[in-house]
Amino acid sequence: MTIALPRRAALLGAAATLATPAVHAQEGPIRIGEINSYSAQPAFLTPYRNAWMMAQDEVNAAGGINGRRIETVFRDDGGRPEDAVRHAGELVNNERVALLSGGFLSNVGLAVADFANQNRRLYVASEPLTDALVWARGNRFTFRLRPSTYMQCAMLVEEAAKLPARRWATVAPNYEYGQSAVRWFKELLTRAKPDVQFVAEQFPALGRIDAGATVQALAGANPEGIFNVTFGADLTNFVRQGSTRGLFERRSVVSLLTGEPEYLDPLGDEAPEGWIVTGYPWEELNTEGHTRFRENYRRRFNTHPRLGSVVAYDTVSAIVGMLRKSGGTETDAMIEAMRGLTFPTAFGEAEVEFRAIDHQSTLGAYIGRTALRRGRGVMVDWRYADGRNYLPTDEVVRTLRPQG
Amino acid sequence: MTLLVEDIHKSFGGVQAVAGVSLSVQAGELLALIGPNGAGKSTCFNMLNGQLRPDRGRIVLKGQDIAGLPPRRIWRMGVGRTFQITATFASMSVLENVQMALLSHAHRLFDIWNPVRREDPARAMALLERVGMAAQAGRPCGVLAYGDLKRVELAIALANDPALLLMDEPTAGMAPSERVALMELTAGIARNSGIAVLFTEHDMEVVFAHADRILVLDRGRPIAEGEPAQVRADPRVREVYLGTGATHGIA
Amino acid sequence: MFENLLVQGLSGLASASSLFLVASGLTVIFGVTRIVNFAHGSLYMMGAYLSWTLVTALPRGHLGFWGGVLVAALIVGVIGVLIEVLLLRRIYKAPELFQLLGTFGVVLIVQDVALMIWGPQDLLGPRAPGLRGAVEILGVRFPLYELFLIAVGPVVLGLLWLLFHRTRWGTTVRAATADREMVGALGVNQRMLFTTVFFLGSVLAGLGGALQLPRESVNLQMDLAIIAEAFVVVVIGGLGSLPGAFLAALLLGQLQAFGILIFPKITLVLAFLVMAVVLVVRPHGLLGRPPASAHAAHVVEPPYPPATPLVRYLGFAALALAVLVPPFMGEFALIVFTEIAIMVLFAASLHFIMGPGGMASFGHAAYFGLGAYGAALLAKHFAAPMELGLFAAPLMAGFAGVVFGWFCVRLSGVYAAMLTLAFAQIAWSTAFQWVEVTGGDNGILGVWPSAWAQPKLVYYYLALVLCVGVTLLLRRAIFAPFGYALRAGRDSPLRAEAIGMDGFRIRWVAFIFAAIAAGVAGGLFAYAKGSVFPTYMAIPRSVDALLMVLLGGVQTVSGPIVGALAYTWIHEQLMRSFDLWRLFLGSVIVALVLFFPQGLVGAAQRLTERRK
Repeated sequence: MTIALPRRAALLGAAATLATPAVHAQEGPIRIGEINSYSAQPAFLTPYRNAWMMAQDEVNAAGGINGRRIETVFRDDGGRPEDAVRHAGELVNNERVALLSGGFLSNVGLAVADFANQNRRLYVASEPLTDALVWARGNRFTFRLRPSTYMQCAMLVEEAAKLPARRWATVAPNYEYGQSAVRWFKELLTRAKPDVQFVAEQFPALGRIDAGATVQALAGANPEGIFNVTFGADLTNFVRQGSTRGLFERRSVVSLLTGEPEYLDPLGDEAPEGWIVTGYPWEELNTEGHTRFRENYRRRFNTHPRLGSVVAYDTVSAIVGMLRKSGGTETDAMIEAMRGLTFPTAFGEAEVEFRAIDHQSTLGAYIGRTALRRGRGVMVDWRYADGRNYLPTDEVVRTLRPQG
Repeated sequence: MTLLVEDIHKSFGGVQAVAGVSLSVQAGELLALIGPNGAGKSTCFNMLNGQLRPDRGRIVLKGQDIAGLPPRRIWRMGVGRTFQITATFASMSVLENVQMALLSHAHRLFDIWNPVRREDPARAMALLERVGMAAQAGRPCGVLAYGDLKRVELAIALANDPALLLMDEPTAGMAPSERVALMELTAGIARNSGIAVLFTEHDMEVVFAHADRILVLDRGRPIAEGEPAQVRADPRVREVYLGTGATHGIA
Repeated sequence: MFENLLVQGLSGLASASSLFLVASGLTVIFGVTRIVNFAHGSLYMMGAYLSWTLVTALPRGHLGFWGGVLVAALIVGVIGVLIEVLLLRRIYKAPELFQLLGTFGVVLIVQDVALMIWGPQDLLGPRAPGLRGAVEILGVRFPLYELFLIAVGPVVLGLLWLLFHRTRWGTTVRAATADREMVGALGVNQRMLFTTVFFLGSVLAGLGGALQLPRESVNLQMDLAIIAEAFVVVVIGGLGSLPGAFLAALLLGQLQAFGILIFPKITLVLAFLVMAVVLVVRPHGLLGRPPASAHAAHVVEPPYPPATPLVRYLGFAALALAVLVPPFMGEFALIVFTEIAIMVLFAASLHFIMGPGGMASFGHAAYFGLGAYGAALLAKHFAAPMELGLFAAPLMAGFAGVVFGWFCVRLSGVYAAMLTLAFAQIAWSTAFQWVEVTGGDNGILGVWPSAWAQPKLVYYYLALVLCVGVTLLLRRAIFAPFGYALRAGRDSPLRAEAIGMDGFRIRWVAFIFAAIAAGVAGGLFAYAKGSVFPTYMAIPRSVDALLMVLLGGVQTVSGPIVGALAYTWIHEQLMRSFDLWRLFLGSVIVALVLFFPQGLVGAAQRLTERRK
């Protein structure tokens, strides 16, 4: 057995830094462990983290929670669920956080949720969209804020069903989110309008779309309507090739998330017009709550908020509301407080509720059409689609979620 | 008869490299295979050691046809080899190189448990003793002088008690004094142990001093065969060698 | 119908051109320097970002646009030269593939630097002046810029051909590509040659990136998105062969364009499937030639000295610490220690084929991941307990080793490594797409240890016993006849065969052993994490294994162990403490590469030898 010097050094170092986990007094700040793919998804998570800090500072400036400050320990999972699980262990055991939060990628969210379940900790998932998080693989310890893939598809189907289009094509990134979005869209649209036909589907690899070939393949099937799930760089490339090749002319396009500034802003003056999208009309949304939120954010960061900012802000609001209600950081008490919790959203709309039945929040999304204004894409004719109206009935939810 | 080769042929894409070579080598005998560049020596050699499969003809070793068998099978039937450019295991010591051949001979290559270091070195040392390399047994092959590497190769080649030794240009790249020493060593071992030796060689001095018989190839065909004196006198051999200008040692 | 197919084919040609530009630079660099340049994708990304900056800053119009594109490519060329002069030039004499470690450090640094300079949001560049619109081809609209790209590929190929056949410099480059040893003999200034080749390759990468500006958005994922595919093209074409790369790009472009019409979900794996098929049929790519020697001739592998008393003492001390200290540590420390123990075995398993076997693997995570899936699938579908799962893990990985290894060990060098990558990607995409069985990218949850092993300390000891045990077994095999036979095949395949060794069988069995050992590590990892995801066998994990082995020193027996400890430790520390952890990790890697070009253990050995 030959293990040379560095191992011993490493072990000694380990003993020094790891053997003495920080112990915090009961009446110190309440710590939140926030795990996200900061380095892998900076476009979404930089505005997210900004708003998180803003919300936290506001809460602390207003005296905290019963006199206790809140504090957040951020960890970057780099997009790998296995790293997220390790961070979760560190946050719980060393940093003594009261609860876990975050998650952008669905698989990271599921991994942390399972960790939470196993270690009996509260996990407030902010971003991950997968339906499995609260349904098929839901557990007692996990709550999710954002409207899920199912909910957003349901919102879009409502609009798509009103269109004359019968022949539909779909394009979605080739992973669980894209696949289930397409599955729900097909199922819900067929239910709403039994005579629709799906004539083509494309599943480009995430982040590596071959946009020319994909657009051509869709055009070749000559659909009347297109359901798009691509986002980020894939969306940009898809839109460029699609508009040059005339794919979107005389066709209806229904598109998930495209109205979010994260994805609409980079398109600049090439943003498509007339797409039916879910998103966030940050500029025109002038509810009282949102105006305050937007101006505070702009003052502090010198840019407008993105949807990620709202998600972070609302996550903190929910956690704060929960902590006020629970009166402590004991996990069971916190879970009880989360179930049925209502809290305000930065959208400034009606209060949002964390449903007791499946731990899904009723936060909604805006649905509208894209348009060009002053050389950039915006949402017009939008309306708020309240999440509670786009969830299956309680009976159905019970069959979707493991009971007991 | 240790080795009997009957009428082997080999062509590459229509070019006849070897066309009808027959030869035989007896135990204790040294047969040299010579000829100008492109005469087909290497092709011939590679058919004997298994790297090439003859198009037709028979290669019989101790009564068994070995034509077309892979080199490792031919080795197991008792054929040792040395290479024109030495091939040894550079990351191992001289002793370990020989031990590898012994372990292979004993079918112990898939042993994952017993350290090689604890093997009994007696047999390997005896082989090194025979080639005069015992004193350097512990040195890595990567740092040896070229002449010494040739001796190590010889020791490796002897490890499976071969009936036949195939030596491709055994003295290539060596100083003249070393050449003589190596060939004398080889000849001594062959005669004492009754090993048949077949070698190719460029250095005619080495060939005429050490070979018992010589086979001369030209353009893939044998043109002369016999004892050194006979071959030296053969007019066709002289013509072939004069034609290529490689006459040193013949006259 | 016909017009659609025609335009589909044209779309494929445009993609092929883009791909060829990047691949051409990579293949030129590899051909001469034999460097597996991971940073090539970063150069491509920088080309795109720089051209975005230049084109948006310069006045609009032809000069502003095309000038910006060309200047960006030239700046990338200069960056490439800097990388070569400051980093790579100092480590050409290091063991094979070691330079890969250095270029990986560059990748990490560039990722964070690009984020700092250009921000997180995707950037959309302007379209090319004069090429904004589309033309009608048989009534179907086709973008002008795509037509332009279709022409760029052959033009660049032609220019490169002229450069390589009509100039003295080009002749030298071709000679160096054909036979590296000859260059020194010809008295060519090797330094100058390498630097200029790196410049050319980097310019091509930068140009490839810059020309994407009117086509795609510029983003921080561009580097990793392109690098794997560029390597695939280079390898399918035959390493160092420009016409080969062109052919391969055409092949991939067309297969991709038409493939998605029939199998829309094939996008994930198509390139790797093609590579696997090509390499199985043609072990040196379409137009590649077998290398002069299987193993890099300039590297003489050093012997494996038996452990000195000092090393033995340190080893026992480390083991004693690993056994005695954990009961006094917190839970998280146990989690980290468990992970480190697993990584030690994972690295040791790769080293087994890479060090003594001389076969690099770019896809070793496949066996790690299949081990994890072996355990998780049993747990999910048959509710099997951990004990059974841990037994199934090496079985599943070993079975894959039997099948994949049978193909891989026939090849040599980078071809073999890329074939392992192809199989790993096929395994990965199976786990990713076979949702009904594997849960897809959402993975398999609830893979927790049996009750007795639930306490972190117990699980740590279980992992320690298995990992140290299997690692020691591998080590024992290295010093036993089997390990010697493996090294024999690496040192001199000719001699090995001539003393009765069946090199293929020996390497195959070694490959299977390595797969089994990685499977044990993967199984332990699954139960340590409680869940299994396709990321366990994705490229980054394979890269991790390579980095650990190279960092520790591939030419030493203890290297992988030390490398795994150091890498896992540094990675964990940095990821936890810094926002810019990639920048720091990249810098640390680059520094280690420069100061310890033989790896950590290699350096330590030299130090003790010098003291003697």
